[in-house]
Amino acid sequence: MGLRTGTFHENYAQEMAILSSRRQWGNVAALLVFIFACPLFLSDRMLTILTTMGIAVVSVHGLNILTGYCGQISIGHSGFMAVGGYTSAILCAKLGWPFWIALPCGALAAGIAGLLFGLPSLKIKGFYLIMATIAAQFIIIWIIIQLRGITGGTDGLLVPKPTIGPIALSSKTSYYYLVMFFVVLATITAHNIVRTRAGRAFIAIRDNELAAEVMGVSLWSYKLQAFFIGCIYAGVAGSLLLHYVRFASIEQFPFWDSVWYLGMLIVGGMGSTAGAIFGVIALKLLDELVTVAGPILAAAVAPQAAASLALISHGMIIIIFLIFEPRGLHHRWEMIKAYFRLWPFSHQEIE
Amino acid sequence: MTFLLQLIVTGFAQGMVYALIAIGFVIILKCSDVFNIAQGHFVLIGGYLGWTFLVPLGLPIWGALLAAIAVAIVMGLLIERLMLRPLVGQPVLAVVMMTIALSTVLGGLATLLWGAEYKAYHGLLPTIIMKVGTISIPSESLIGLIVSIICVAILMFLFRYTKIGLAMRATAEDLQVVQSVGIKATTVYAVSWIIASVVGVIGGILLGGVSGANMDLALIGLKAFAVVLLGGVNSIGGAIVAGIILGMLENVAAGYLDPLLPGGGLAQVFPFFVMIIVLVFRPHGLFGLAHIERV
Repeated sequence: MGLRTGTFHENYAQEMAILSSRRQWGNVAALLVFIFACPLFLSDRMLTILTTMGIAVVSVHGLNILTGYCGQISIGHSGFMAVGGYTSAILCAKLGWPFWIALPCGALAAGIAGLLFGLPSLKIKGFYLIMATIAAQFIIIWIIIQLRGITGGTDGLLVPKPTIGPIALSSKTSYYYLVMFFVVLATITAHNIVRTRAGRAFIAIRDNELAAEVMGVSLWSYKLQAFFIGCIYAGVAGSLLLHYVRFASIEQFPFWDSVWYLGMLIVGGMGSTAGAIFGVIALKLLDELVTVAGPILAAAVAPQAAASLALISHGMIIIIFLIFEPRGLHHRWEMIKAYFRLWPFSHQEIE
Repeated sequence: MTFLLQLIVTGFAQGMVYALIAIGFVIILKCSDVFNIAQGHFVLIGGYLGWTFLVPLGLPIWGALLAAIAVAIVMGLLIERLMLRPLVGQPVLAVVMMTIALSTVLGGLATLLWGAEYKAYHGLLPTIIMKVGTISIPSESLIGLIVSIICVAILMFLFRYTKIGLAMRATAEDLQVVQSVGIKATTVYAVSWIIASVVGVIGGILLGGVSGANMDLALIGLKAFAVVLLGGVNSIGGAIVAGIILGMLENVAAGYLDPLLPGGGLAQVFPFFVMIIVLVFRPHGLFGLAHIERV
């Protein structure tokens, strides 16, 4: 939302800097310290919530690059997470590879799966691509069930404790740190990828495919790149999830998760890194609210009220955002910031 | 040979079910260019409505059908007015997410009102039994076939010869031109949603009468998209032909290949393979119009 009043860029480095003032650096540092200090004062349950949020953030960053920036809508993201998750789980459980090698391998496998299912995107778009990605989700899960000998099929697969060198990540706290490391890494890379040549090509493709092609943006190359990058994020998130639960089963990658990842993007605001994080936090908090309110409602109204509350609340929040706030929470946040930046006077003191 | 024939007949029955759902989908798409993911949930609501009117309220079949159609009209109107109209002119993703959200809300309502339970009302619909040689044709497929043919005949007439039908086709083609010649697009949208919701609910009652109403009715909707894509998204006749083709292929493939595959369950995923193949090699389907993009 533009530049703060009174800030002037004098050279290229300043122009390109993500954090342009000392105060912003301070805010980010404070946030990082806060995130990494959380285990000191939060309960195990809160840490679990934050860890699952973190895993979702990594995944949604990928979806944001693919859908929010490149405009290639995917409702198969949870399927790509399954590819990454199962690959790294199998490498660890069957071949005894260390966790820190298995995770990148899983990410790569998910990326390749993304390339494969991204191929139709060269020919189709919009709704047809949505259908192709939904098909991808179901086909991937089916293949996992078919490969019973390797993946355990519907029985699932036990995943050994993740270790990095001599450190065993067995406690909730240590895994929380691992996930948060990946969240920070994913956020930084996602924010920077969209500033590169490829990122600008993605945006051009999203805004007008024909115009982009006329300008010399290779659709073939950049669409597949978007699928590859987006699915690599999904793969990392998938393997983080499976190593956290330490049990691989297809129930961890349901079709509806793919829909909710897209819902998070809509609630948070498409095409912005912060929006992805906002969306994950908002929808995961809603999940928790439903978990708390469900049993109360079930006791007060009817036993099936808890199940229907989850469905209706998720559906309603997406409907409400689509109608009243189609640009998402991020946009609202920027508006609030802009309002207070000028309030009550139209100029701001620079530090 | 008998095995193959029985598979084909079962597939035919399933295909008619797919076709019914696909028709509702195609209507909305033809008129308002909206891809309605929630079409399967109209069927779900229809199945439960049929149970409500036939069993606890004890209405005769015609009364139940009329009452369900009345509910469907109100439902279609409300959905169009409250959810879809604010999104006119929005990108595809917003519209698709809206219909996905609509499907979860409908699923949630069905869970709340009917408890996501299996509700059977066998024997309340008229049954037709036909036997060809040693193979019996299930009543399900015959009723499905008859209703689909009636629906298609009415809709074909509507789209070819009536003013509102022509207005609907024109609106799908170009909204701005339509508005400039004085056609009220909002009426067209409302009518299209009413038709789709009525068709879905009728299909749901038929299905529920044969196999009982449960939450799985909505899942069929997802597979019906393969039918729609195979037939061509803007062709009603195509939806029927593709429904039958897909239902048969699915059953034959599952019947012969499932014993060879360790995990089984090919029938569930087969439509998605068809979907990918169609999308890669013939995106406009068998009978659809190829979309040509001009700058």
